[in-house]
Amino acid sequence: MNRFDWLSEYLARLEDEHVVVPSGNTQSLAPAHLLIIDPEDWAKVAVVAKQMGLRWAAIWGDEQDHDIVLTVVLVYQGDYIALRTAMTGDHPVIASHTPVYAAADRMERHLADMLGVQFDGHPDPRRWTRHRAWEADEYPLRAHFPAAGQGNGLTPADSDYPFPPIQGSGVYEIPVGPVHAGIIEPGHFRFQAAGEPILRLEERLGYVHKGIEKRAIGRDAEGLARLAARISGDSTVAHSWAACQALERACHVKIPAKASLIRGLLCERERVANHLGDIGAICNDVGFAFAQMQCQALREQWLRHSLTLTGHRLMMDVVLPGGVRVDIDQAGRELLRAEHVWLREQIGPLFDILNDHPSLEDRLLSSGYLSPASAAELGVSGYVGKASGQAVDLRKDSPYAPYSRLSFSVALSEAGDVAARMAIRQQEIYSSLELMNEMLDILENTAESEPTQVKLAPILGAEGLGLIDGWRGEIISHVRLDDKGRIAHFFARDPSWFSWPALERIVLGNIVPDFPVCNKSVNASYSGQDL
Amino acid sequence: MADLLNPVDWLLALLQVLLFALAAPLLAAWVKRIKSRLQNRRGPSLLQPYRDLRKLFRKEARVANSASPLFRAAPYVVFSATLIAASTVPLLAVHLPTAILADVIVLVGFLALARFFLALAGMDVGSAFGGMGASREMLISALAEPAMLMAIFTLTMSAHSTNLSSVIQHVLDSGLLLRPSFLFALLALLLVAVAETGRIPIDNPATHLELTMVHEAMILEYSGRHLALMEWAAQIKLLLYGVLISNIFLPWGMAQQLEPLPLLIGLAAIAGKLMLLGVVLAVSETLVAKMRLFRVPAYLNLAFLLGLLGMLSHVILEVGV
Repeated sequence: MNRFDWLSEYLARLEDEHVVVPSGNTQSLAPAHLLIIDPEDWAKVAVVAKQMGLRWAAIWGDEQDHDIVLTVVLVYQGDYIALRTAMTGDHPVIASHTPVYAAADRMERHLADMLGVQFDGHPDPRRWTRHRAWEADEYPLRAHFPAAGQGNGLTPADSDYPFPPIQGSGVYEIPVGPVHAGIIEPGHFRFQAAGEPILRLEERLGYVHKGIEKRAIGRDAEGLARLAARISGDSTVAHSWAACQALERACHVKIPAKASLIRGLLCERERVANHLGDIGAICNDVGFAFAQMQCQALREQWLRHSLTLTGHRLMMDVVLPGGVRVDIDQAGRELLRAEHVWLREQIGPLFDILNDHPSLEDRLLSSGYLSPASAAELGVSGYVGKASGQAVDLRKDSPYAPYSRLSFSVALSEAGDVAARMAIRQQEIYSSLELMNEMLDILENTAESEPTQVKLAPILGAEGLGLIDGWRGEIISHVRLDDKGRIAHFFARDPSWFSWPALERIVLGNIVPDFPVCNKSVNASYSGQDL
Repeated sequence: MADLLNPVDWLLALLQVLLFALAAPLLAAWVKRIKSRLQNRRGPSLLQPYRDLRKLFRKEARVANSASPLFRAAPYVVFSATLIAASTVPLLAVHLPTAILADVIVLVGFLALARFFLALAGMDVGSAFGGMGASREMLISALAEPAMLMAIFTLTMSAHSTNLSSVIQHVLDSGLLLRPSFLFALLALLLVAVAETGRIPIDNPATHLELTMVHEAMILEYSGRHLALMEWAAQIKLLLYGVLISNIFLPWGMAQQLEPLPLLIGLAAIAGKLMLLGVVLAVSETLVAKMRLFRVPAYLNLAFLLGLLGMLSHVILEVGV
């Protein structure tokens, strides 16, 4: 099977629908194929894509010379295509993909709020990212909108958001958040419950909107990497890697093999640290504090080694455009190898306890079920997807350096419950440990003198796509440079865009007190999706 | 009646109540400490609950705009009802004037009164969490109370009295005897105690997750001295159940005369028993996860069944022996 051998069939089917794809190329958004579409064909391309089973992955909008350019990313068998269309900017209207792809819902609403694109046929006209910081006719991502804002003063509370009412005897609403009792990010959850069983859950996010897309504009490459590192602190390596990869592809720069190996190592370290924390937290949410304490202790030790290795516990600002900031020398490699052996020794008995504990099983098995069909419909990736039969793993499907030369297996399950999401995390820790050892082996044979960073010479007006498998799943970053070589457009699609809607389905049929453990098993990022 | 009029006895009874109140945070700290050790960590100091209470008493008490006077009154009602309930439980000595005035049904009644006001206070402010906690608390208590009474009736049938002092005296007099009815009653009472004091696997006193809370959800809106009283009352309740179980089933060491030496021995004995019980509680809390809310009825039905079995075995095996 060759890459993109399905594309001709897609184009043929489009032609049957009288959709002519005027032009396209394989270069400007490599490794994705870019297809230019007429705005009036926007709905049809989605319908045909859905029929063929393509996964809807992202949409972003970009104002270029008073035109609004929309790009949608679709995936099939690990091959990415980008469909692009342009409209005049005064009052852009285009067909919504949401009726076809449920996954498109919130990202289209985000674009409607931020860029003023009207999506015809979108089932949900309510605002999403827009709380009340801007007037209804102000679109902060438009070029003329000042980055500092319009000075509207204190943002009023987002209190009049129209949640659909629900009625019935004994039915009540529980508003939770945005401020929570624990140290977690802000987000509002509106439960509608009859007694304890949850009838409906709706999320209201956007409380940690930081204006990432707007703040990126005008930055240089280093500045963008620093910004991307702060999209979601727990995915700082993955997001900065995705942004740097997009930049490097835009500038046609190939980074040294050593740098990509170190990036891979750091990214897997991030995965292990977060999975360890999550496994403990899942157990803690069902009152099994023992596991939480052990996992926390292991994670803490792991983070301290990251500090020694990179100067930052979460390894922030270590991935830079053109390479990485740190080298891993002989001593560092030995430290890592010893640490991998140590962790393996520690987690073995611990996971044995967790996996063979009747009262834990009672809580985790069959709780928070996400069907493979729902997971596919919502386009979920990462451990949430893998626990529901979605084998989406960029490291395998569309491999990039250093994964292209490594062999590993992707954990997969059809069970779809909290226990499965925990089991996937356990398996991923083991596979990450193996991957890191493989990377260390290759690093061993790499010349010490090989540089860890190369210079980036911006190509004016170029654009690039970053595709990285972070610990939460697929991250897609898009970067376009302006005619001075600075950032003209940046969009980072965190996997949480899809796992948040998945959570709304996961909790159905569960009882209210089981929500925290369902939520923790998904652990979507607030910051990553609020941007 | 001579007992009732002896001022020294009443002074001792008062001192015992004071001891109850003062020692309660220590037991909570002890359980926390053992739990921490079992989780491979050091854990807070044994004095931490006292520091927390002092801190809360010094802080300003904030009350929601929508709160009624009941909300302000509830902490005092809950605390004093719990303390009065504790005063009817023999702590160091078997015979105390308070214990003669009130029997075990009064004890259950005072605990029910405290819970009633706790649940009302939970619903008073109108936040979703308080109402949720109150409804769960009522679900649990509606099942726990009969189970507790059933276990206690088993004991009182053996002793031919509902008075705790008499029950304890009866156990002391009959010596260390393995009675099936007592064993069943002990198991039932242990299960009830775990449910009533809001421990794992029924409730998690350490959680910050509002949606999973039972007891904590009802007191979420409290702060300052109100919160201090509520937490103190919960600690007293834990101690009360610990003392009840230790002293009914293992009364040895309790002072039979109100003299310094027996009282001192009694103090050492109850301290030892509670430490042991605390370890048992901590180990069980470490070993199991919290159960699903809808499994709680099955758990409490088991407690009720054990109590019933205790009574049946008393009637069948022990009556007339």
